[in-house]
Amino acid sequence: MRIRLVSKNIKLFNKTRVLEQQIDEFFDKVSESGMVFSRALEVYLAEGANEEYEAFLQQGARIEGKGDTLRRTIEIELYAQTLIPDLRGDVLRLLEDMDHLMNVFEGNLFRISIQQPDVPEEFHAGFLELTRTVVTCVDSVILSARSFFRDIDAVRDHNAKVIFYETEADKKGTKLQRAIFASDLPLDRKMHLRYFVERIDELANSAEDVADTLAIYAIKRRV
Amino acid sequence: MDLTILILLGSGLFLGWSLGANDAANVFGTAVGTRMVRFGTAAAVCSIFVILGAVVSGAGAAHTLGKLGSIDAIGGSFMAALAAAMTVYGMTRSGLPVSTSQAIVGAIIGWNWFSNSVTDTQVLLKIVFTWLACPILAGCIAVVLFKFVEWFLNKANLHLLRLDAYTRVALIGAGAFGAYSLGANNIANVMGVFVPVSPFTDFALTEQFTLTSIQQLFLLGSIAIAVGVFTYSKRVMLTVGSELMPMSPISAWVVVVSHSIVLFLFSSQGLEHALAQAGLPTIPLVPVSSSQAVIGAVIGLGLLKGGRNVRWGVLSQIGTGWIVTPFLSAAICFVGLFFLQNVFDQQVYKPLSFELEQHVVTRISDLGVPRTAYADLVGESYESSGDLLKAMEKNAPLTRKQVHIVVEYARVHYIDITQSKLSRFDFSRLSEVQIDTLQKLEGQRYHHAWQFADALSSLSPQWQRQPATVSNRIYNKRLDDDLAYLVRTFENGR
Repeated sequence: MRIRLVSKNIKLFNKTRVLEQQIDEFFDKVSESGMVFSRALEVYLAEGANEEYEAFLQQGARIEGKGDTLRRTIEIELYAQTLIPDLRGDVLRLLEDMDHLMNVFEGNLFRISIQQPDVPEEFHAGFLELTRTVVTCVDSVILSARSFFRDIDAVRDHNAKVIFYETEADKKGTKLQRAIFASDLPLDRKMHLRYFVERIDELANSAEDVADTLAIYAIKRRV
Repeated sequence: MDLTILILLGSGLFLGWSLGANDAANVFGTAVGTRMVRFGTAAAVCSIFVILGAVVSGAGAAHTLGKLGSIDAIGGSFMAALAAAMTVYGMTRSGLPVSTSQAIVGAIIGWNWFSNSVTDTQVLLKIVFTWLACPILAGCIAVVLFKFVEWFLNKANLHLLRLDAYTRVALIGAGAFGAYSLGANNIANVMGVFVPVSPFTDFALTEQFTLTSIQQLFLLGSIAIAVGVFTYSKRVMLTVGSELMPMSPISAWVVVVSHSIVLFLFSSQGLEHALAQAGLPTIPLVPVSSSQAVIGAVIGLGLLKGGRNVRWGVLSQIGTGWIVTPFLSAAICFVGLFFLQNVFDQQVYKPLSFELEQHVVTRISDLGVPRTAYADLVGESYESSGDLLKAMEKNAPLTRKQVHIVVEYARVHYIDITQSKLSRFDFSRLSEVQIDTLQKLEGQRYHHAWQFADALSSLSPQWQRQPATVSNRIYNKRLDDDLAYLVRTFENGR
């Protein structure tokens, strides 16, 4: 009797457990896409758009595709099972916002591959520092999003980190752009490099936007 | 049972249908309105548990309603239930939420006025008190429960989806409990007026289990409630969810559980017995309003959150409806009884007789009724309790207890313990000794119920009332119910 009750309970909440895992997996993909972008940029700056870089590019594309599939599956399940009716809209927007971050990471990998910016060595450290800060910012917003599902009180803590790292990213991006425009490079190369600084910095800005909306969702989630 | 009886019971069934259509929303409205539970699931669970609650636990609140006014003719019961049902239906059509409890109480008082029967003001005050106490109590329970749930959820850190799944299960569980409490507490509103005139006889399902006539009456009424739930409650469920205040599913669960606890408290004979045994004050068993309990719980939560989200305009409309309902129902009942009696020639109350014979006067004097009140009325007879008391109070004012004594002891019951009635009697509710004692009285006749009770108690201590203490309340109440049943069975004219 006890075993039967336990197995009935497992069956009763099995769909819920699967969906929880899918949401966790989705956030894992966002985190992975950030790490892949960071490594790919290191490789590009050190060796150019070689085979290793192309491999990271393909990996980034695969991760983004898998993330899209997971997002769609989660959205369909939420509607089909009429789960969390009062918060469903917020959760779907959150997933789409996080998906946008993955899209920007993947998009930047392709832009670098297609446009192949010529980055002087003096600016490598600036680009790498900016990228690390931006990826840390995105990781913080991922933690904030996970907390929204599991530990609502921690959302605020992680949001504070997102804001901090976004500000840091702004400072580093601005410093890098100043350095670029103060250099002897021709204007076209300066503009090209500036474009990529802005594309990378955009990620931190998007992460901060997600954190702001998460703060509102967290208030709504309170009993 | 003939067709006339079924038609006359129809007003109770109409009232039951209205109650199902309206009050099911109090139990599952927020769950269905927030799309946490499907309507089909809600309706099925609600119906099953309403029927169980009505049949298993419905008797307690019905007893109190009977003390307010014992409608003794099925025509009177028909009109009382019809007046209440019309009031409920009319108010609902006007967009005002309505309390079925208040409608039926108003109708019973309308019958009392028409039949010139005395209204037990203490019982009435007890009922009115619960109309005030019920929402306040529900609000307090909701606040305490909400704080506990909030603390628990903060500690538990459940995943949002897991919490959603648990909340759905909890809403169904709370809804089942709420439906059970609704059936137990409110079946008295639907069928309580037909209890004294029930056309059913006890039915033995197995050797151990008998479905009493009252349980059969309640089963019929609860089936009508279930039909109301399935046929008309969906729209009400979908709109009542957030009319007064927007709520989260967890707040909705707190409201339903608080409402169910209050209804259960006011209908549980088991709880009353346990409190009486422990020497604690008992909670009166009274049909309370499901709507009032829900609204009280919602307001409680609203005030906990600062009161800004509560739509006070809606609340004042609801309060107006609650005040108007009993008066409107009483008026409709009074007018309806007039037409039923004088136009349709139906008996709406049994002609009663109250006589102040010498032995009655001796007894009421022993019990403290002042002699000045009845000295010049000895030997007189009256057709209603109202006329009797009017005559006595012209001489001297009487306390509520003295009024009760006079009405009880002066009322004439032509009781005849015949062999044929004994052979049809259901002995399952009595002990062996009690049955033996009753059978010894075969062939005897009595003019008053108290003489019959005296004869039984003189032959056996098992027919004697215990001293009127709190712990003996349940025992004495059961004994009174058995005696009332005996009087109804052996009274001539049945």
